[in-house]
Amino acid sequence: MRVNFTVNGRPQEADDVWEGESLLYVLRERLGLPGAKNACEQGECGSCTVRLDGVPVCSCLVAAGQVEGREVVTVEGLAEYARQRDAGCRSGSCGTSLDEAQRWAAHGTDSQTGEGTQLSPVQQAFIDAGAVQCGFCTPGLLVAADEMLERNPTPTDEDIREALSGNLCRCTGYETIMNAVRLAAARQSEAV
Amino acid sequence: MDFLRPGSWEEALAAKAEHPTAVPIAGGTDVMVEINFDHRRPEYLLDLNRIGDLYAWEVGEDSVRLGASVPYTKIMEHLRAELPGLALASHTVASPQIRNRGGVGGNLGTASPAGDAHPALLAAGAEVEAESVRGSRRIPIDDFYTGVKRNALAADELIRAVHIKKADGPQQFSKVGTRNAMVIAVCAFGLALHPSSRTVRTGIGSAAPTPVRARTAEEFLNAALEEGGFWDNGKIITPSVAKEFAQLCAAACNPIDDVRGTADYRRHAVGIMARRTLTWTWESYRGTAAHTEGVA
Repeated sequence: MRVNFTVNGRPQEADDVWEGESLLYVLRERLGLPGAKNACEQGECGSCTVRLDGVPVCSCLVAAGQVEGREVVTVEGLAEYARQRDAGCRSGSCGTSLDEAQRWAAHGTDSQTGEGTQLSPVQQAFIDAGAVQCGFCTPGLLVAADEMLERNPTPTDEDIREALSGNLCRCTGYETIMNAVRLAAARQSEAV
Repeated sequence: MDFLRPGSWEEALAAKAEHPTAVPIAGGTDVMVEINFDHRRPEYLLDLNRIGDLYAWEVGEDSVRLGASVPYTKIMEHLRAELPGLALASHTVASPQIRNRGGVGGNLGTASPAGDAHPALLAAGAEVEAESVRGSRRIPIDDFYTGVKRNALAADELIRAVHIKKADGPQQFSKVGTRNAMVIAVCAFGLALHPSSRTVRTGIGSAAPTPVRARTAEEFLNAALEEGGFWDNGKIITPSVAKEFAQLCAAACNPIDDVRGTADYRRHAVGIMARRTLTWTWESYRGTAAHTEGVA
């Protein structure tokens, strides 16, 4: 079947989608967006987290056919999504094109990772706080953390733990991730 | 596999009548796991995401009509006052991502003895609104669970809503697991005080082939509370009464040994949770009840 939906602000069309296929598979294998990661395939690990109509969900548990006509934001579009949220999107040219999203990478022109590339505040905070080790859980955590900061700009440690309770990380022990989210929240409140 | 995408409830019923083997999918948090792991290859998937009515709830005089697909997140946010037991249970479901998708209709459809909503529904009192092209009926929650992952639905029926009695007193929910998030219950317990009828109702999860009530324990407690005039005098529950209640709740279990826990452990833990939830709810009742004896 064919599925039409919006990804990172731009309309997309996926063809030859099998009826039992997950949104995660469509994103990774048909649209070339490997940011959302495939690990447990049962909603345990959160590494496939994306936003569906604004709401964080495990994309491995959404049937592809269910996203027809709906809006998805992946980690590849997170920087632009955060930028537009800050600016308030007025022009019609919002969103990240599929081509841009596919080429998105967190390496810059400088020696330090992240420099020279557009990052969302929460992405920059993850880098600055050293919250990325193997990096596999990072995209899911970024999407979940960004959504929490949008809802709750001044989270307590308990709020952060609760919001990220569906995302497993086996490297960091979570402390640096907590630091990163606290840092992003602090920077966000300074900016206002 | 075919993907059926009804745009209205009537279309969904017609599709289910035409294809009784169609598997309804709403939040997908059970169905997609089975498909991802190749445990299930349904001929038809019946997507219910387009039916707005399933995502709505109405607070009535005595009960809440909760649409089958209202996500747990919404129950926690909006129905804590009316359905405190279910709101507490909802908060223990998996993770935020799962709670954003899953709802009570799916819990009932799957009818796993470990479903988190069941003890709360049994304790509060509820009816499942099931419908087919043949008509609509209300199935009392006590008759809904018929076996391990089996329920009273006919092949052509879909769950439209659940009618849950509004709380008329304190309610509690307790669940045993290895951590606070992403846990399938080792066992769970729900308790609701119903001061208006002077009764107590219970629900046990994950400690029998189906979710069950501890009826003997309820009868014992109802009689003990009545006899001691507890509903009026608001006295603290006698420890011997609480102990007997806990033992009768443990005796209502019919658990198995599995990877999550042993039968003995489950029986023991249900007894502990029964005593604790009784104490919590009763303390709350004593604190809010309109009695004057011994109150400064």
